[in-house]
Amino acid sequence: MIQLGLFYMAATITVVSSLLAVTRYNASHALIYLIVSLLGSAIIFYVLGAPFAAALEVLIYAGAIMVLFVFVIMMLNLGAAGVDNEHQWLQPRMWIIPSLLCLLLLAEILFLLNTSSQALSGTVVGPKAVGIELFGPYVLAVEIASMLLLAGLVGAYHLGRRYLLDMRGESL
Amino acid sequence: MSVALTIPMEHGLLLAAVLFSIGLLGVMVRRNIIFILMSLEIMLNACAMVFIVAGAHWGQADGQIMFMLILSVAAAEVAVGLGLLLQVFRRFDSLDIDKANRMRG
Repeated sequence: MIQLGLFYMAATITVVSSLLAVTRYNASHALIYLIVSLLGSAIIFYVLGAPFAAALEVLIYAGAIMVLFVFVIMMLNLGAAGVDNEHQWLQPRMWIIPSLLCLLLLAEILFLLNTSSQALSGTVVGPKAVGIELFGPYVLAVEIASMLLLAGLVGAYHLGRRYLLDMRGESL
Repeated sequence: MSVALTIPMEHGLLLAAVLFSIGLLGVMVRRNIIFILMSLEIMLNACAMVFIVAGAHWGQADGQIMFMLILSVAAAEVAVGLGLLLQVFRRFDSLDIDKANRMRG
C-alpha cells in the first residue's frame, strides 16, 4: 500500500515537472524542471526494485548529462549581459515550485530509507546481479557501447571546434 | 504493510507512455534546439523506464542492462547534439531550428 502511494506520488511529480519543463520559455527554468523530473524517475526506479539504475539515473542523467546542458546554456550568454540575464532568470519566486517538488522527493527517499525493505516491490535486483549479467552474456553490448561513446567523443570534439565557422565565408 | 502490494506493470507502462508523449509533444511544438534536445532526453528516459518496469515485473537484471545501454546512447546523443547546437548558433546567431531549414546550393 505504502509502496503504491510512493510510486504514484513520484509518478505525479515526474509527469508534472516534465510538462513544466517542456512548456517553459526560459531554458534554465526548463533545465531545473527537467532535473526534478529525472530525480523523480530515479525514485520510481528505486521503488520498482532497481536501486542500481536509480543511482545511475541520478549520477549520469541528472549529474553528467544535465551539466552539459548547463555548460551550453552558460556558453551561449557570456559577459555582462549574461550576468543580467542570470539575475533576471533566477528570481527567488522561480525556485518555489522546483524546491517544493524536490522536498517531496526528499521526503519520499527519507521515508524509503527509514522503512525496512518490505516497502519495496517483491524482487529487488541489486548491483551484483546486474554486474554478473553485464560482464557475462552482455559483454559484447558493453564493447559496442564503449565504441559508441568513443564515436560520440570524436564527433563532439569535431563539431565543437571553431574552424568550421571559418568555412562559411569561402565555401558557403 | 507486511503484505507488499506490487505495482501493476500496466501503470508503469502507462507512466512511461505519458512521459514519452510529453517528450514527443515537446519535439514537435518547440522550435528552440535546446528545448528539442531536452524533450529528446525525456523521450529516452521514458524508453529506459519501460525496460526498468519490465525488468522489475519479471525480476530479471536484463532490464537494467538495457537501461545502461540507453544511458550511453543518451550521453553520446547529447554530446553530438550540443556540438551541432553550438555550430548552428555560430552560423545563424540564433537557436531557432526554422532558420536552418535550407540545404546548401
